[in-house]
Amino acid sequence: MIVAKPKPVEEVIESVEPYDRILVAGCNECVTVCEAGGRKEVGVLASALRMYFMNQGRKVQIDEVTLERQCDREYIEEIRNSIDQYDAVLSLACGVGVQFLAEMYIQTPILPGVDTCFMGGSEERGVWSERCQGCGQCILGKTAGICPISRCAKRLLNGPCGGSTKGKCEIDKNLDCAWQLIIDRLTELGRLEDYEQLMPIKDWSTERAGGPRKVVREDVTQ
Amino acid sequence: MSVPCTGKVDLIHILRSFEKGADGVYVLGCLEGECRYENGNLRAKRRVEKAKDILERIGIGGDRVAMYNLSSAEAPQFVKFAKEMTERIRELGPNPIKAAMKKKAA
Amino acid sequence: MSDVKTPSKLEKVLAQGHFAVTSECGPPRGSDPEVIRKKASLIRDHVDAINITDNQTSVTRLCSLAACAHLKAMGVEAVLQMVVRDRNRIAIQSDILGAASFDIHNILCLSGDHQAFGDCPKGQNVFDIDSMQLIQTARYMRDEGKFLGGDDIERPPRMFVGAAANPFADPFEIRVPRLAKKVAAGAEFIQTQCIYNVDKFEEWLARACDRGLDDKVAILAGVTPFKSAGMAKYMKNRVPGMDVPDEVVKRMSGVPKENQAQEGIDICVETIQRLREVKGVRGFHIMAIEWEQKVPEIAERGGLYPRPALDD
Repeated sequence: MIVAKPKPVEEVIESVEPYDRILVAGCNECVTVCEAGGRKEVGVLASALRMYFMNQGRKVQIDEVTLERQCDREYIEEIRNSIDQYDAVLSLACGVGVQFLAEMYIQTPILPGVDTCFMGGSEERGVWSERCQGCGQCILGKTAGICPISRCAKRLLNGPCGGSTKGKCEIDKNLDCAWQLIIDRLTELGRLEDYEQLMPIKDWSTERAGGPRKVVREDVTQ
Repeated sequence: MSVPCTGKVDLIHILRSFEKGADGVYVLGCLEGECRYENGNLRAKRRVEKAKDILERIGIGGDRVAMYNLSSAEAPQFVKFAKEMTERIRELGPNPIKAAMKKKAA
Repeated sequence: MSDVKTPSKLEKVLAQGHFAVTSECGPPRGSDPEVIRKKASLIRDHVDAINITDNQTSVTRLCSLAACAHLKAMGVEAVLQMVVRDRNRIAIQSDILGAASFDIHNILCLSGDHQAFGDCPKGQNVFDIDSMQLIQTARYMRDEGKFLGGDDIERPPRMFVGAAANPFADPFEIRVPRLAKKVAAGAEFIQTQCIYNVDKFEEWLARACDRGLDDKVAILAGVTPFKSAGMAKYMKNRVPGMDVPDEVVKRMSGVPKENQAQEGIDICVETIQRLREVKGVRGFHIMAIEWEQKVPEIAERGGLYPRPALDD
């Protein structure tokens, strides 16, 4: 899922301060799973904002809605009839959702309420970690199911570097060295000799470096 | 609203109380390790801590919410905590929102 | 005696069967070339080539290429250390050509410490290609005379290509496979991390020799003299990939403070003397950063001076 974390409430307050009628919009998918922008988080943030403004002696209208997703136009259509009541929308969806709202509702400021971080999964309750950077050419079959691009701090394709210490990365002793993991997994699979295969220079043109990306599926488009 | 365990008290319930003008909220849970539902009181503790943090950051004051632990047999403790909380809130004064909104209305 | 592929003096020394001796200098955190010249003059007669580090530990310094050009201007053989942390493949190929335009003929291909360690932890990093792929690139540019994109290079670079090896890094079981990989990628010389655990180094080297890697690549053993017991402890506990046995620390601590520097040099010299006899050791890489004035003593006592006269 896309993992995000809530922005500090002070930062949110600063961004919504100029407005009198605010809609806090959550999303039922990824940000709900990582407890950053679902219905519950919307409720808590809305309550906190109401109290903040009341404490300033300001009567600010703060409403709540949680959409199924904000990355599909059919779902964000849902607020078309009510959006004109608001001066701004505080979206707790990931960056994608914020942008989709902004593209559709061009006359309303759409503000982000979370910091979108990475594509990852749940390690345990409250801990999510990065697993994919969307390089566009998945090599997991060659690296025993462990991605050196998203899990190696230097995205080495022929790692580890000299800084790998006791299975941990040189920049953080709590961070696993991806190449140690790959070597361990290759050993488990009885394929350690694969380690000596030289991985060729990567084509990064399908990654961010090649520019903003689009997937068009002719077999699916109308 | 009645709850079978402090574990059912959610963050939003605490915040809404202050939104509606409560001067203080205290959560009394079973002694740690003795929750009938295993760790309901621990969940409550975390939510109280979260509430404190939010209330502090938005200027209402984190000391207005507190959690205490006791067993249902400890009536004197109950009284003690109640007194403590009341005294604390008295010192802190009423929920600043009430004054702020009154001023605005004026 | 083997044929040389480049005008590199380092390659020639090795090809003619001598022990090679290299050392390294760190460029200044400023633009004064005199700093490099001074350091180089302290060691130039005792080494075959001097490495110039490349923004080591991610601390911004005068670039390696420029410093190598200054060395070249004073008639000293330079080894261009190049990390892949800060450059994409365009800049890499470009810098290799830049070095070649100054007739710099040695390159050491490295990953580079992560920028979190240096003075710009908020900066981006590149890692467009990794250090193995850099070895391949330098060899390709030389041997095929082409850019990575396929076009011909006018006056291709003629680099003697090297890489680093750390017999002490984790995990040990792939340290020799990793060396094999670098050799397969095209590495022609290796400079190792500095050695204090000589037994472990010999074990690594023995395994490398079992695989015939010593015939394919010239391994230069890295040595660094301790300045003090404190330095020994620091390197033991705080530097990743460093193996400093307890006995070595004890030996350093066992001497009064004013004698520790000399003890450190003595240990360094003894290491060289021991390793001279080991199969597969083709030379020494003496790293005495900010203590360059001690290199001559180490080289002399290690029996590595004078540097041999070379056949043309």
